[in-house]
Amino acid sequence: MTEPVIELVNVEKAYRYFRLFGVHLRLEAGQIMGLVGPNGAGKSTTIRILMGMISQDSGEVRVLGRSMPREQAAAKRDIGFVSEDMRLYGAATLAWHMRFVASIYPDWDAKYADLLVRRFNLHPDQTIKALSHGERVKATLLLALAHRPRLLLLDEPTTGLDPVARHEVLAELMDALRDEHRAILFSSHNTHDVEQISDVITFLDRGRVIDSSDKETFLDRWRRVHLDVPPTISTPVLPGTVATTVSGRVAVITTRAYSPDFHAACDGAGLTIRDVQRMTLEEIFVANVMSNRRETLS
Amino acid sequence: MHSGLLISQADPKPMYLQIMEQIRHRIAIGDWRPGYELPSIRALAATLQISVITVKRAYLELERDGVIVTRQGKGSFVAESAGLSTRLHHEELDAHLSAAAGIGRVLGLAPDELEKRLRHAVRQRGEKKP
Repeated sequence: MTEPVIELVNVEKAYRYFRLFGVHLRLEAGQIMGLVGPNGAGKSTTIRILMGMISQDSGEVRVLGRSMPREQAAAKRDIGFVSEDMRLYGAATLAWHMRFVASIYPDWDAKYADLLVRRFNLHPDQTIKALSHGERVKATLLLALAHRPRLLLLDEPTTGLDPVARHEVLAELMDALRDEHRAILFSSHNTHDVEQISDVITFLDRGRVIDSSDKETFLDRWRRVHLDVPPTISTPVLPGTVATTVSGRVAVITTRAYSPDFHAACDGAGLTIRDVQRMTLEEIFVANVMSNRRETLS
Repeated sequence: MHSGLLISQADPKPMYLQIMEQIRHRIAIGDWRPGYELPSIRALAATLQISVITVKRAYLELERDGVIVTRQGKGSFVAESAGLSTRLHHEELDAHLSAAAGIGRVLGLAPDELEKRLRHAVRQRGEKKP
């Protein structure tokens, strides 16, 4: 296997009121990873560490084969970074910004930049302060994409976008990935965007990676199962149970280990399956976070 | 290349199944003939704006079912096997019949009642078409 684009091994970072606990992450070329977590989960901290903007207290961070933050100058040539709080100069035009970024990155692709200007329906002569929020996000993304980085690090790229702008942004991200040597890591609390375009999904909560897997596995293994429970059983015990609610003779089980064997396990326990429901990534995420918080408490 | 495939976010069916069904349908009706080159996994993912892993899964399962063949470095093609289009049509029919049988059971219909309904549907179709 070739070297991963991103590799985090046991990364820790402590602030006064927040801590990252032993974070492990791995992203291969050609993949999109969605980093999902509630506010304050550590998504931005993780991305900042990947960018070398802050340094970890301990653990190893390798990005595009470079050790971070030590070799960040070399790594950053091949990273495109977009974050919500990224400041463009309000008084300067988009064209000025494009010239500025082009002067820093030798790989700047002027043709591609012009194409993105048209696709995003932007006007290079406009000053940044005259742009709407959506236009500003698209301008920032254009500046990040047009030097054709091997890795895109996007902190909440779709937050606050209207549906059309969201569509345009996601389309451009997918388009950048037609080339299988590139990779994208993007954070979001919009599970819908993540579910749509990610290959790999990592759930973060309160500074910990609570789950990470390819998307199809998440969607295949998580199910909500409705059961009829005989009076002799108080709480059914089944593989991978994450949550159980029992009401009278009816139980609803959330499992993270659904497979055909699950039916046999139910039969064996004298339980009758009434319905097996698929779950959206959002439901999986919430169930995962809640179950993890319960475990951490107990 | 425009694939003509379309994914619905509101469909409760998982996206990889939607892709599989639509490809099977295109082959069944003869739009995509044996040997036809399918869009590459990455190209289809980009046009549909869905993850590469989802399209990959659909292609892998179609390959396992013998509907398409993937040649390393060349691309994916509709299988050359004889009568594939007919076979897919039959499979599609069986799937619909099985769904009808399921609804029949929910309604508590006896098998001969179900047959009667099917014959009725066939007659109606026959009358509509010249």
